[in-house]
Amino acid sequence: MTVLAVADHRRGDLRDVSYELVTAGRQVADATGGDLHVAVISGDIDGFAENLNLAGVDTVHTVENGEEFNHDVYAGAVEALYADVEPTVLLMPNSVNGLDYAPAVANALDLPLVSDAVDFDYDDGLTATREMYGSKVETTVDVDAERVAVTIRGGEWPAAVDAGDAEISAFDYSPDGELGSRVLGFEEVAGGDVDITDADVLVSVGRGIEEEENLELVEELADALGATLSSSRPIVDAGWLPPNRQVGQSGKVVTPDVYLAVGISGAVQHVAGMKGSDTIVAINTDPNAPIFDIADYGIVGDLFDVVPALIEQFS
Amino acid sequence: MKILVTVKEIAEVEDDFEIDGLGIDEAYLEYDLNEWDDYAVEEAVQIAEAGDDVEVVSVTIGPERSEETIRMALAKGADRAIRVWDDAFEDVQLLDVAAKTRLFAAVVEQEQPDLVLTGVQASDDGFGATGVSVADEVGFEWAAVVNKLELDADSGVANVRRELEGGVEELTEVDLPAVFTIQTGINDPRYASLRGIRQAQRKEIAPMGLAELGLDASALDSPIELTGMSEPESESDATIFEGDAEGAAAQLAEILREKGVGAQ
Ligand SMILES: Cc1cc2nc3c(=O)[nH]c(=O)nc-3n(C[C@H](O)[C@H](O)[C@H](O)COP(=O)(O)OP(=O)(O)OC[C@H]3O[C@@H](n4cnc5c(N)ncnc54)[C@H](O)[C@@H]3O)c2cc1C
Repeated sequence: MTVLAVADHRRGDLRDVSYELVTAGRQVADATGGDLHVAVISGDIDGFAENLNLAGVDTVHTVENGEEFNHDVYAGAVEALYADVEPTVLLMPNSVNGLDYAPAVANALDLPLVSDAVDFDYDDGLTATREMYGSKVETTVDVDAERVAVTIRGGEWPAAVDAGDAEISAFDYSPDGELGSRVLGFEEVAGGDVDITDADVLVSVGRGIEEEENLELVEELADALGATLSSSRPIVDAGWLPPNRQVGQSGKVVTPDVYLAVGISGAVQHVAGMKGSDTIVAINTDPNAPIFDIADYGIVGDLFDVVPALIEQFS
Repeated sequence: MKILVTVKEIAEVEDDFEIDGLGIDEAYLEYDLNEWDDYAVEEAVQIAEAGDDVEVVSVTIGPERSEETIRMALAKGADRAIRVWDDAFEDVQLLDVAAKTRLFAAVVEQEQPDLVLTGVQASDDGFGATGVSVADEVGFEWAAVVNKLELDADSGVANVRRELEGGVEELTEVDLPAVFTIQTGINDPRYASLRGIRQAQRKEIAPMGLAELGLDASALDSPIELTGMSEPESESDATIFEGDAEGAAAQLAEILREKGVGAQ
């Protein structure tokens, strides 16, 4: 059987998940002694192909078309490649761009779609591991179909690094007719007063704080610890803190010495931004909160009791 | 203009829960409107409030209990609602993306909306795929993870911002009709007012079975089967400080001081 994995890139760089897709793709291909094909669409395809020529990759297909991601181009190109390569498993990233084309491709090709897989196995058919209920539950799903589309969660497979000797093959594809969507440009979210990526110590607050006026409590803690205040997404969505304080996938990636997560559940998109912190401390009422899986130290308790007690310790 | 908003009643598990086979006992579940859908409803209602002659129709797939959730959409300003359900759903263990796509596509065919808004993902099953899949099925354009939406109905386009990773946003022009999957933060969802809640009681929730959608039970067939459910094995080696808040805080403070925190 053959596996086809579609790389992800932005503004001239392959994204990490592209290398992870190679490892994941090799994992399924190995289960049946199959081939791994990788596709890279748009941008500096020759440079990308060189980087994707990794051990375990049999063929890299390059599709020349514009500089950046466009979902109409991606969907069309992947569908055309699929018809050519006839893979048993089509792998795409569960990145923001993956969210924007993978479901359309699966639907157009009439393939069952397993999204956001964190692991899988292949034996007669695909068995994938997925999470539900905000990572509180892990499920396995069996796919009873000859072919399947899967999107993988970033950060779950190690990145492939060793160079390989893949065949590089140019694939001719151009979309027919006008594109229904046109990417006009990119914009960075405003910087603002504080750069949380510079801080050695972050006190990060989540939805557990409940009300805007309660933020004062964590501000007081940050002051007492000489720390900078950051937050999970809902705090920014509510307008209680500016976007430059958001830690996570769509926010900032931070790597402080100490990251204190106060009333934050540890959703995968949050963890993506703070898992590289040296020491992670969590204060949460829910002993099953996923944040405890990556924490070094924790207190299972009510932040409205624990935070004042901690402030007391430092004043 | 007509805007169709898909909403989902999601299940949240309580702090302490038990898994029973392939599910979680009802006793440990609480139901609520999916967070991302709340923003989608708000966006639709704001578009309706800003323009003349905009109808907002919300649609859900769910059992009778989910009327409670869809009434929240009505109370916030949706004009009417559709609830897709059928006896055949009782036997369905997992409604996969393709099955949801067939159901919503049939509703789109009937309603002929100009715009479909969905949440980016549902917080329970987390497929994050239905909106874009439906767009492909009905031949609409689309954009996923939208955190800003400006309609220019006269020129038949929408200008959207897609929120990418790492604080970068993509500016994209999309032809209408389109499906947009809405990201949290795009607006500030209102609370349902008492008046809205009262009015919602009088608004229509049309039940729709498979036959009314021109489908049969095969529309629910899925090659994807749920075969296992477990609590993830914690690889955590976290040190948990026990005791009352003061005691636990004192132990944590000691560690933090060792790490040099608060030492300036
Ligand atoms: C495409 C995409 C991108 C995203 N990007 C980001 C991102 O960059 N950053 C981000 O953070 N999220 C992001 N999210 C959202 C993410 O999925 C979660 O919704 C979010 O991280 C949840 O924030 P939270 O932990 O503060 O809230 P919740 O998940 O609601 O958790 C609140 C926690 O507080 C605890 N709690 C409640 N009361 C108390 C109390 N009194 N004392 C102590 N603990 C208490 C609860 O037990 C719970 O664990 C993104 C989502 C998507 C789909």
